[in-house]
Amino acid sequence: MKIKSKTNSPAQTDGTLKKVFSRPESMRDVAMHYCSGCGHGIVHRLICEVIDELGIRERTIGVAPVGCAVLAYDYWDFDTTEAAHGRAPAVATGIKRLLPDRIVFTYQGDGDLAAIGTAEIIHAANRGENITVIFVNNGVYGMTGGQMAPTTLLGQKTATTPWGREVSRDGFPLKISELLSLLPAVVYIERTTVNKAKNILITKGAIKRAFQNQIENKGFSLIEILSPCPTYWHMSPLEAGQWIDAEMVKHYPLGIIKSNC
Amino acid sequence: MDNKDKILMCGNEAIGEGAVQAGCQFYAGYPITPQNELTAYMAKRMYEEKRIFIQSESELSAINMVFGASLVGARAMTTSSSPGISLKQEGISYLVGCELPAVIVNIMRGGPGLGNIAPSQADYFQATRGGGHGDYKTIVLAPSSVQEAFDLTMLAFDLADSYRNPVIVLGDGFLGQMMEPITKVQSVKCKVRNYSKDWILTGCKGRKPRMIRSLFLGEGELEEHNLKLQEKFNRIKNREGRFETFYLEDAEFILVAFGTVSRICKAAVSKLRDSGKKVGLIRPITLWPFPEEIIKETAKRLKGILVVEMNAGQMFEDVRLVVEGNCPVFFYGRMGGGVPTEEEIEHKLISLAV
Repeated sequence: MKIKSKTNSPAQTDGTLKKVFSRPESMRDVAMHYCSGCGHGIVHRLICEVIDELGIRERTIGVAPVGCAVLAYDYWDFDTTEAAHGRAPAVATGIKRLLPDRIVFTYQGDGDLAAIGTAEIIHAANRGENITVIFVNNGVYGMTGGQMAPTTLLGQKTATTPWGREVSRDGFPLKISELLSLLPAVVYIERTTVNKAKNILITKGAIKRAFQNQIENKGFSLIEILSPCPTYWHMSPLEAGQWIDAEMVKHYPLGIIKSNC
Repeated sequence: MDNKDKILMCGNEAIGEGAVQAGCQFYAGYPITPQNELTAYMAKRMYEEKRIFIQSESELSAINMVFGASLVGARAMTTSSSPGISLKQEGISYLVGCELPAVIVNIMRGGPGLGNIAPSQADYFQATRGGGHGDYKTIVLAPSSVQEAFDLTMLAFDLADSYRNPVIVLGDGFLGQMMEPITKVQSVKCKVRNYSKDWILTGCKGRKPRMIRSLFLGEGELEEHNLKLQEKFNRIKNREGRFETFYLEDAEFILVAFGTVSRICKAAVSKLRDSGKKVGLIRPITLWPFPEEIIKETAKRLKGILVVEMNAGQMFEDVRLVVEGNCPVFFYGRMGGGVPTEEEIEHKLISLAV
């Protein structure tokens, strides 16, 4: 994201243009399938930038989820696999235990991590697996048509809560990061968002720290990223970004939730 | 064989030792009776060998840990009993879809539901038909002795690696708990081979990035993947069928049985032979691929076949399919932990005018 050139114009003295911004090496040169205004593309790119900057592309193994990001491996240019829905932390455990010097991360959505994969994430965290978890929370099941997720806000309308999420029927939005922060083996949890440039930079810093923790064998790190889903929030991309600030952060406050490293 | 080369073990422990000697580098499991000795044995032996043992939070997690271990090239195993194996079916389907080798042991107990902890063979259909979602097969090995539990577990790792497909070792609670002297190493017919795995994920140093997946969304892509899998299953079917025969040459009536039950059937056959009855036995060692040829060919000259199982008649259907009406096929079974006795089998045979 940072323009490295100190000159105001990218034009060089010989008249050619100097390249000041490019695709990370860890990212494939292909079009993404995500909807306009979706946060996944941003998060994918941030991971790639971090991997490049840390120089770990050749020893990274990514575990993609089931959900909108199931095709993440089409965009990442390093070794990747896909896990069954919710099982990424178990798959990552198998990989990391056998190859402790490789960098292993899971990329999971809110349905994947906080509903069907609740047991796997809690126990991987509780064992203190030295992995990095990128948890993308957009409050809905995007891939399947915008159904209620465990993280859907109260009153939020989805395909399966057409009149809004109601406590008596649907329970409360699950604060999985706060829950995980109670586990002694968890070293780092931060909640960020990617709704504007400043927050994107904060998110990148958090992701970098989570990977750095793993490189330094510190243990389990998780970054929860509040991510816009304009399609199933039934908003414009601009409104979706604003809705994160106005509504989502009220229930999911941003910042470091746990730092034991 | 000198007695000093022998060791007394239960079937569960023999499977564990077979896995260790086959070079199993990763084990994940969750407690369930009647296979608990196996998980405990692995906990001890994997630690001694400085390999990885994890007691997982669930069977789902265990099979997915094995998935992760397998995709980085390790020989990996998980074990359970019937209800736990039901939970692993999702993972087994993914292993097949991603063409990942792994060994899964099912020490069957009575079902359906929580059932009981007594021996059973009621998971035959689940094991031989795939069990999870999608069109697939897993090799199924059915030991009938503690020695064979050891030998076939070693073979299972070899077959899994050579075909890049999960292999199931299907025993029952009786076999798991029963103790017999076994010979380690010497009796093993399969060698621990090193397979060059040029598909595993290790980080993309010095090569192009790799991807392991079972999702194929492109037009026709998944059909192509399925055709490739079916071609592999056909290759396995043509090569890997295994069986044992007992007094088959001049037999006019035979028993077909696998696992623990086949041993009781052998005793019944021996007794009836003593009284001049021309009975024999075919024991499938691989339940998939099913030893079709031998049963099909033998059926043509037989007065009949009696299939004996600890279920409601599952392998019975496979026998009938391959016999194709060439001789009558009968069934005798016990369920829910009932084990057929030698006398019951004899009476059944006599009632069939053998």
